[in-house]
Amino acid sequence: MITVAQPFADSSPAIMTARPGAWRACLALLRRDFLLAWRRRGELFLPLLYAVIVAALFPFALGPEPQLLARIAGGVLLVIVVLAMLPALESMFRTDLEDGTLEQWLLAPQPLALLALTRVAAHWITTVLPLIVVMPLLGALLNLPWDVLPVLIVALLLATPLLALLGAVLSALTAGARRSGILLALMLLPLAVPVVIFAAGAIAAAQAGLPYLAPLSWLAAALVLAVVLAPLACAAALRIAVEA
Amino acid sequence: MSRSYLPHWMHRLGSPPTFYRFAGALRPWLMAAALITAAIGLYGGLVLAPPDYQQGDAYRIIFIHVPSAWMSLFIYACMAVAGLVALVWRVKLAEVIAMECAPIGAAFTLITLVTGSLWGKPMWGTWWTWDARLTSELVLFFLYLGVIGLYHAIDDRRRGARAASLLALVGIVNLPIVHYSVVWWNTLHQGSTVNLFGKSSIAPSMLWPLLVMALATHLYFFASILGRTRTALLSVESGKQWVRGIVDRQPLPRQGAPT
Amino acid sequence: MNTSPATVAPLLEAHRLAFARNDEPVFGPLDFALARGETLLVEGDNGSGKTTLLRVLAGMLPASEGEIRFGGMPASNDARNGQMVFLGHRSGMNEALSARENLAFLAGLYGTREGATIGSVMQEVGLAAWIDEPVGTLSAGQKKRAALARLLLLPGDLWLLDEPYANLDRHGIDLVNALIAAHCMRGGAVLLTSHGAVRFADPHARHIHLAA
Repeated sequence: MITVAQPFADSSPAIMTARPGAWRACLALLRRDFLLAWRRRGELFLPLLYAVIVAALFPFALGPEPQLLARIAGGVLLVIVVLAMLPALESMFRTDLEDGTLEQWLLAPQPLALLALTRVAAHWITTVLPLIVVMPLLGALLNLPWDVLPVLIVALLLATPLLALLGAVLSALTAGARRSGILLALMLLPLAVPVVIFAAGAIAAAQAGLPYLAPLSWLAAALVLAVVLAPLACAAALRIAVEA
Repeated sequence: MSRSYLPHWMHRLGSPPTFYRFAGALRPWLMAAALITAAIGLYGGLVLAPPDYQQGDAYRIIFIHVPSAWMSLFIYACMAVAGLVALVWRVKLAEVIAMECAPIGAAFTLITLVTGSLWGKPMWGTWWTWDARLTSELVLFFLYLGVIGLYHAIDDRRRGARAASLLALVGIVNLPIVHYSVVWWNTLHQGSTVNLFGKSSIAPSMLWPLLVMALATHLYFFASILGRTRTALLSVESGKQWVRGIVDRQPLPRQGAPT
Repeated sequence: MNTSPATVAPLLEAHRLAFARNDEPVFGPLDFALARGETLLVEGDNGSGKTTLLRVLAGMLPASEGEIRFGGMPASNDARNGQMVFLGHRSGMNEALSARENLAFLAGLYGTREGATIGSVMQEVGLAAWIDEPVGTLSAGQKKRAALARLLLLPGDLWLLDEPYANLDRHGIDLVNALIAAHCMRGGAVLLTSHGAVRFADPHARHIHLAA
């Protein structure tokens, strides 16, 4: 007994070096998530399809006058993106909770918040980025002025990661709940209000020829804050979910 | 365990049977005080206070509307504090209190929205305007609904309570952001700016009934939360020795008012 | 307190450990220590709290009473994480990915045991031929074997195994026993639960019996 190795929690260097760095863990998680997205690549088109359908319905409902469409296009596209994000948000952690992968996350020698942040990044790249890529097409459908398009895209590049981070907290909270589709929408609405206001504000200002940098800066500031805080809240919510 | 960080009296009051007895003794008095102060406040507001020189008698809805609006925020703060205690120290009583705050708060928020809308029609000519205060109140209503919905969507009540408490805490960060973003939004749109209290301070003859009403709603809230928490404790703790004891001794000899 | 870092503290200690769900006692208070090279078998009928005990030890549930120590240190995420390999009744593997992809992900989080590769550990659990099949297409017994491969790949010294024999045939049971024996030989420790229907190989193992 006496000759047995050192007590392992006593930060013996051999064990410390055996732990993979946080960067390697993030890469492993990213690889896994991209692989999963690739296996179910058919599902990736669903939000795109949804966005195109909704964008195509607006001219039928409001009439095809180009001026009217141009005036509402920015706001409409923003709301479409928010709505198209919702269904995917719901399942962000659901499979990982159900198949026990989250238990493995919890016991890994990595900060849970960092894993959550990586998961959100992978989620954003696979489900939201395609929506932003097709924005020029959707903008053309709704007669969005071409000089507003870059502002819309920048606003979305700031607003959607923010929404994905907030949505991740809610998704973690509802991961262990029975039915969560409408519930997630109900919970996301209050959190989405400021994001939508500032993103739409930037677009409207650009359209009116006014300076649009201020609302974009606010969004950027909020995004920085959310990158720090949301993963912590998300980790706390995941720990509650795993208790079941 | 970490619970030992709590002060001793909190620990003692945190035990469900003690709280049950304490709340049962306090509740009738609080409820009676709430009814009396509400009667005084309403009499002062609806009868004694003079009509407003601009709004006539229509302004009298503030004696309901304004205390409700204060309560909607106050109860949210109570819920968030109880939720924080529930999350950090895992005190069962705090979980129950936080979750019982939500329906009362949602009711006050709904009253605020409805009375505000009724008041808005004669005053501003519209039922609804996207002013910062109104929008924040609406968002607050959705936050309450989210907390209630999340709590009921999770089968394990304690886990549901902690998840919903975390949501309440996220919401409390969100609320001021919503308020100021809507203020910013309104200036961008040059929308209608609504001043609830006008330029001048409120007349003393109108102020005292308002404050009395505010006191009445607070008393009502405390009476209501004690009653609701007692009922919820009986359900959460059903099967426990002390609950069986109460059921066996029914009807309670020491209890004056029905709860 | 009584263990300075110089002396050898047990890998895992529990002092007066108890768990209550809604104030209904589930197990405990329990006192036990698990040193390197030892196996601890937690027995009990269904509903006696075996799984709950494992989840408390893994830090997924907070203990109601008592204390857990790892290598002499009070339990915390830092003291625990990475030192422990957990095999719950949920496989911890994504059904849409192959065993190789699942293990590669876990290796990214935990690192790998010296000398172990995904190919070699899948060979050891007898699944080399299925290494690239999606886990969802494997049989229940094969899934269990794929989950067992994690034990050989990841570097943790303390294994927490919840019903490792479930779904396994006779050869699978022998495999689990062999894995446990080898792990104890090289200085690891194993805590496993069983409802008692399977014969457990190690005659030196200590037992805890949880009453329902």
